[in-house]
Amino acid sequence: MKHDQKQVFSTSNPHQAAPLSALAASGASTHKPVHRMQSSRPTVSPLKLYLHYISINIRSAMEYKTSFFLTALGQFLVSFNVFLGIFFMFQRFTNVQGFTYSEVLLCFSIILLEFSLAEMIARGFDMFSSMVRKGEFDRVLLRPRSSILQVLGSKFELTRIGRMIQALGMFVYGIANSHIAWTFPKIVTVIFMLIGGTCLFSGIFLIYAALCFFTLDGLEFMNVLTDGAREYGKYPLGIYGKRMLQFTTFVVPYALVQYYPLLYLLDKRTELYFVFVPLLAVLFLLPCYALWRMGVRHYKSSGS
Amino acid sequence: MKKYLSFFRLRFSMGLQYRAAALAGIVTQFAWGLMEILAYRAFYAGEPESFPMTFAATASYIWMQQAFLAFFAPWILENEIFESIKDGSIAYELCRPVCIYDMWFSRGVANRLSRAVLRCFPILIVTACVPAPYGLCPPASLMHFVLFVWTLVVGLLVTAAFCMLLYGLCFYTMSPMGLRIMFTSGVELLAGAVIPLPFFPTAIQKFLELLPFAAMQNVPLRIYSGSLTGDDMLKAAILQLFWLVVLVAAGKMLFAAAEQKVTVQGG
Repeated sequence: MKHDQKQVFSTSNPHQAAPLSALAASGASTHKPVHRMQSSRPTVSPLKLYLHYISINIRSAMEYKTSFFLTALGQFLVSFNVFLGIFFMFQRFTNVQGFTYSEVLLCFSIILLEFSLAEMIARGFDMFSSMVRKGEFDRVLLRPRSSILQVLGSKFELTRIGRMIQALGMFVYGIANSHIAWTFPKIVTVIFMLIGGTCLFSGIFLIYAALCFFTLDGLEFMNVLTDGAREYGKYPLGIYGKRMLQFTTFVVPYALVQYYPLLYLLDKRTELYFVFVPLLAVLFLLPCYALWRMGVRHYKSSGS
Repeated sequence: MKKYLSFFRLRFSMGLQYRAAALAGIVTQFAWGLMEILAYRAFYAGEPESFPMTFAATASYIWMQQAFLAFFAPWILENEIFESIKDGSIAYELCRPVCIYDMWFSRGVANRLSRAVLRCFPILIVTACVPAPYGLCPPASLMHFVLFVWTLVVGLLVTAAFCMLLYGLCFYTMSPMGLRIMFTSGVELLAGAVIPLPFFPTAIQKFLELLPFAAMQNVPLRIYSGSLTGDDMLKAAILQLFWLVVLVAAGKMLFAAAEQKVTVQGG
């Protein structure tokens, strides 16, 4: 019976009342729970389920429209301040280690896009500490779907659109004024940067969440790796010195999605393999996922 | 006066409880300060002649800013106050024989002070040991140091007084969200938290220095780092006092008006 319950929950959407009747019906007619588990695999594909989660999240956010717009505005203003900081610095200086104003803006816009995309998608991990503390993760474990999928679906932060709008504005300005001769590999590079960067930031959010299994609380110093990278990724990472570049290449690979591909875009490096460097950052997800698995095994329920 | 001192003591000792949070904050602030200084170093390496202050002064400015972040951060606001206005529990506060402005003001100062006390010493001690020009330099003279401490305290009071205006306006708007967003990001930029005011173009800098926002972190940090000296230093300190008086007076008037026709929410 217990197996069976899990099974029924899985195929249904947890936010609607339908599963209750389904549960009653299947409970009454089941004789061989194990066998049934084999035969009625979940019919909804993970992608479809995820999109459903997103649509629920967006609809619920839209119930509070003023709050939504103000939060989005707040997101916009926070990074707009960073932009103004850069703008005024370049009123005084013509370049920073050979990078001009529009090149810095291009660099900042791409990292901001990556960050806001990751935050939009993986915000569930960022909020995960409350899920663990309240014991809500028990419910996630009871459902026969991937725990990552469910945590991802628990929150979709559309308010980050405020930041993305600014990032897109700077991106357009940066492209218009950086005199980049666009070729096919360069367009691919930008796409790979976005993919790699979004994965990298999501990976850091995943680590942040996985650590909650051990500490129950969010670890504030992780902000250095997320907000810090967004804040200081505004300049090409190479300007911070050799040590910082090594750290951001081998430890937390921001430079792979920011500095090296940028060099290729700006023709400071011409080797073709620079196009694929951002994809290496996707590998960063592997240790993050391993840590998450370890955390899930370590999980002891808290809360009531 | 005694009542307000006890409100102050209460909030101060409450703030001291959050030691783990303070430790995490210190780590973050070291990282922030380090990255900030490395970024300025990169600009300095290219065009040292365009730098509005010496590099060592910039580093001192940044470390002092990180050490006393809680004094001046515009986002340190008390949610309890916003809640009490929104859910009507403000009625209890109004029944008490205390001046709401003075009570909240002393609480706000205590809150910022307790946060800073927990965080500033490790940052000050460690960065003082970092060799120049990357570390915290000693102040230019004893006079500078005395004025730094004085303006630091006045700057804290100015920041707290400015926050009071925000609380006061919430009596009218009820929801703090919109005001809060504008307030936080506006103050960050205009006070010199994003980039120090000397890095703005000269005309803009001259204008910003006259605003109350410059009376927050700009004056003490620049006196310490030696970017303000002589007459400019004294003028800035006097202007700072002027803004403190104006902001407190404006806040008291705003509260008096708001308390006349306060709407108690909730049921």
